[in-house]
Formats: sequence, structure tokens, C-alpha cells
Amino acid sequence: MTQETAAERLERVGAAAYRIRHHALTMGEVQGQGYVGQALGAADMLAAVYSDQLRYRAEDPEWEGRDRFLLSTGHYAIGHYAALAEAGVVPVEELETYGSDDSRLPMSGMSTYTPGMEISGGSLGHGLTIAVGMALGLRHQGSEARVYNFLSDGELDEGSTWEAAMGAHHHQLGNLTAMVDINALQADGKTDTVLRTEPVTEKWEAFGWYTQRVDGNDVGALLAAFDNAAAQAAAVGRPSVILCDTKVGRGVPLLEDREKAHFMRIEEHEWQLCREQLTAGYEGKAAR
Amino acid sequence: MSATTAVKGTAPKLKTSAMIASFADPGQKTAPAPFGHALVKAAQENDKIVGLTADLGKYTDMHIFAKAFPERFFQMGMAEQLLFGAAAGLAETGLVPFASTYSVFAARRAYDFLCLDSAEPNLNVNIVGGLPGLTTGYGPSHQATEDMAIFRGMPNLTIVDPCDSVDIEQAVPQLAASEGPTYLRLLRGNVPTVLDEYGYTFELGKAKVLRGGNDVVFVSSGLMTMRALQAAKALAAHNVDVAVVHAPTIKPFDAATVLAELNTDRLAVTLENHSVVGGLFETVASAVVTAGLGKRVVPVALPDEFLDAGALPTLHERYGLSVQRIVAKVLAELG
Repeated sequence: MTQETAAERLERVGAAAYRIRHHALTMGEVQGQGYVGQALGAADMLAAVYSDQLRYRAEDPEWEGRDRFLLSTGHYAIGHYAALAEAGVVPVEELETYGSDDSRLPMSGMSTYTPGMEISGGSLGHGLTIAVGMALGLRHQGSEARVYNFLSDGELDEGSTWEAAMGAHHHQLGNLTAMVDINALQADGKTDTVLRTEPVTEKWEAFGWYTQRVDGNDVGALLAAFDNAAAQAAAVGRPSVILCDTKVGRGVPLLEDREKAHFMRIEEHEWQLCREQLTAGYEGKAAR
Repeated sequence: MSATTAVKGTAPKLKTSAMIASFADPGQKTAPAPFGHALVKAAQENDKIVGLTADLGKYTDMHIFAKAFPERFFQMGMAEQLLFGAAAGLAETGLVPFASTYSVFAARRAYDFLCLDSAEPNLNVNIVGGLPGLTTGYGPSHQATEDMAIFRGMPNLTIVDPCDSVDIEQAVPQLAASEGPTYLRLLRGNVPTVLDEYGYTFELGKAKVLRGGNDVVFVSSGLMTMRALQAAKALAAHNVDVAVVHAPTIKPFDAATVLAELNTDRLAVTLENHSVVGGLFETVASAVVTAGLGKRVVPVALPDEFLDAGALPTLHERYGLSVQRIVAKVLAELG
């Protein structure tokens, strides 16, 4: 097998991001509303981690040697299910059951419902604390598996996130990577009006983490950040954080320009338009 | 009244002294750090057992384990949310964590992390809470008078309120072996050894009749079983014959054993080192009502108040947990 070129890698992950966005729109249409904006914003992060970083077995989601991906922001489940479908863990056809009675894909992600969902997120500020325990437990048992925790900038309000940040540094958890989606939006409005979390980069650096801040909608920048983290931090037992500035609704101009809301309302006739805009944007980009 | 006469007429005031005062009676048989030693023993047989604490290793007897198995002990710092989130993470990788702190911090401060990270996925996380009920004179910041009330509503959680060193030594391996999360109301330091005289063995989920009696039946848990046994002996001198049922597992509760004892004409009394709200008394009361027994039950429990600071013997007397107060209450009930 020939080595994948950088361009091919970029194209592969970009295509995955497109499909993840497409899946998210399909699920959003089932409910008529929801956290579609966040899923679109985080799709590049999810694509980078699922199609480039994670070691897993789609047919055996509980394989002991797997890397763990922890979704701390339970309401981003729509994006995570899309990524799990892309990864082959959840059948694409099942996405239509999203948020419906008896579905394995509830609105807020829970480990007891969905294959490949490692934790029950949703009560924000939990993910990184669990990730610390998992990373300790895996290392203690001689596992090479890594732990990735996806969290949002809103979760930086929670004190537990910083307890965990200290703990990960103290225990030298080089097998732990945090990915923070900085979409600058939380339930009550813009992050800087709700509770100012900046300067975020300096905070993580002060907590001892190998810290990188990138455009979270730039697949190339995300992949480079993962490569840097592997080269610079993991080997010396330093936890890594990739701070990802993202745009809510990314990839669908209609939603990118809409007034930003935590829970986005999309009219019935708009879904098809959203998909068309997404595809046009992706194909236009691919053609360039 | 002058200061001189006040001093002459009053016994010397007891001091609060250490945060964790022993409740053992002078000269009573005790065992040192039974939890720590039991955990070491269990860990020798089960290499999945790990220990962690939030800067209270020395005060929860976890230091014994840390010394025996330094590579299996994780210090999480004074960060209880991290302590229990990380305990869940360790359990997710197949390990069997015992995580210790004071009961107040586990129940009040880290509830959400226990509830969602361990109880909802039903992980084998074992919470070890020091200073349950009224076992410190430091006041409400450290007195977990409502820990069982807080925890009883948590689905999947097993709650154990041990009486003595025998209970603790026998409970630890059973907690490690049982599926799902558990909460142990820790007694630490030199813990009284009481139940060895009653041919007793701890069985998770079971209540045990420690002695029979024709006039009164005590249903007790925790250190109040020790007081119940002492009160039963004292009441014998008043020709009152008292049975004692020890119910160390508060949840799931052994209603069958307890109701069989309560379904008689004897005076029924519950005894617990916990608020009268939401603990053993209400557990028994709900079992009684659910079974349709029209039975009156008298609680010996802490009042629904924030308690005073002070010396433990003073406080146990003040709030009705002393043998003397139990005897007086029973005699008053019997008229």
C-alpha cells in the first residue's frame, strides 16, 4: 500500500466532514429543530478525530484496545451520531430515529443507549474528569489506547473542568487529548457576555497542558495540531489540548448567517435548501 | 452568680479535640483502621482494586492501602468532582475503584458526578465516606447528618451503614464483588469491635437479628447498633426485654427480615446516626406502610437541624444518641 499524501489525507477527512454535516441535517429534519448549528460547527473536529486519529473496530465498539472518544457536551450527540455513522458504528439508516421514542439515538448522548458512546454527557463539566480516570486506568493496565475528550467553551465555566485539567497535568497523562469547541456561544447568549472565559490559551498553558489554538473549521490545521500533539506532548507525558475556534452552522451559508442561537429553529422548507447549500459549497471547494 | 460558684457547681467542660474523635467507650475492644486493612486484603486477592482519595487519605484510612499498593493508589487532590469523575473513568476501564473523602463532600459536593458518571451506567465504583452522621464535633461543615437522605434517591446505589470493625472487614470484599456503585459510611481510626460476640456475619443486603426480646424491638444501623445493644442490656435492669435487629444495608433494604420482627405487639424503635429525615426511620416506615402494617414506629435519630459543634459525648447526649437517652426514651414510651 502506498503512503497517503498530505493532499489525499486532507481530501479524505474533508469528505468525511461533508458526510457528517449531511447526516446531521438529516437528523435535524426529523426533529425540525435542534443542535444542528453546533453539529455543523464541530463537523471538522469530529471528522479529524474519527477518520484520522481514533483506533477502533466498527464491528466491535467495545474492543478493549480502542481509543476512547468522550463526548462531554451531551447535546452535541447529533454530531457524534453523524460521526458514528460515518465510522460505521451506527447504520446510516438508523439516523432517522434520532430523538424518537425507543431510539438508540437520544437527544442527549448516553453510554447506556448508543454503541460507541463512551459516557453519558450532558451535565456539563463531567467529561474531562472521567477522561482523567480512563487515561489513568488505561495507562495503569499497560494499554496503548488514548483518550480524547470533546468539550465546549461553555464547559470552561465549570470548576470541575479545571479540577480535571490540574489532575491530568499532575498525573502526566500524555495519553489524553482534549478538544475544545470554541463557538463563542452558550445557552444564554455569547460566551463573552455570559461568563468571560478568555484568555483561554493562557489558562490551559498555565495548567500545564500542551496547548494549540487553531481554526476548528480548517481540516489541515486540525490534522497538523494532532500531529504536533503526538510529537511534542504525548512522548513526554504532557496532556494536550486543541482549542478549536469554530463557526456555528458552518458549511451552510443560510445557517451561518442566521442569528446565532443555542437551539436553532429551521423551517420545514429550509432543510432541502440547507442540504443543497452544503453540497454546493463542498463540491465547489473540491473543484477548486 | 459569680464565676467561682459557676466553676464549683459544674463538671469540667469536654473539649472538641480532634476532628475525628473516637466514639469507642473507655476500655472497649477496638481494631485499628479496619477499612484500610480490609481493602489491602481484598486487593491482594483482586488485582483490579485501586484506591483514590481527595486529599483525605490519612483521615479515611486509605493511607494503609496507599502504603501497601503505591502503584494502585491515585491522589486526586482536594477536588471531589474530579475524584468521582475519575473513579468512574477508572471503572470504565475495568478497574474496581474505592474512592474516599468525607461523607459531606461526597454527598453534597459531588452528587452529580456520582449520579451520572457511576450510578447511571451502573459502574462498580465504591464511595467511602468518612464522618457519617454525628461522628465529629466540627459542626455542619463536616457532619454528614443527611447523607443517606441525599443518597437514597440515587438509583442503582447500594448504601451500607456498618456498626463496627467486624462489619467493615466483612463488607469491603463484598462491596468490591457486587455490581454497581456502593456507598460505605466509614468508621475509621480505632473502631469498636462489637458484633463478634453475637455469632454475626455481614451479608450485603441482609438484616440480622442479633438478640431476641419480648417487650421491645430495636431496628438499628451503623454505630447505633452498638448503642442499641448497650441500651438493651441497660433496659434488662428495668425488666424490659429488648430484641435488636441490625440492618446495615440501607438500600436495597431487607424489608422481609425487618417486617417479620415488627409485625408483633412489641414497641418498635429505629435507631440511627442520621437525621430523622430520609434515613433508616423513613426506610422502615415506608416498608411498614407499603406492607399495610398499622404499626407505630418510634425514631431515635438526629433532629432535622444543623447541629452544634462540641465534644462528641456532649453532642450524642444532647441529640439523643447516648445509651442513657435511649433508655429514658424507651421507658417513657412504655409508660
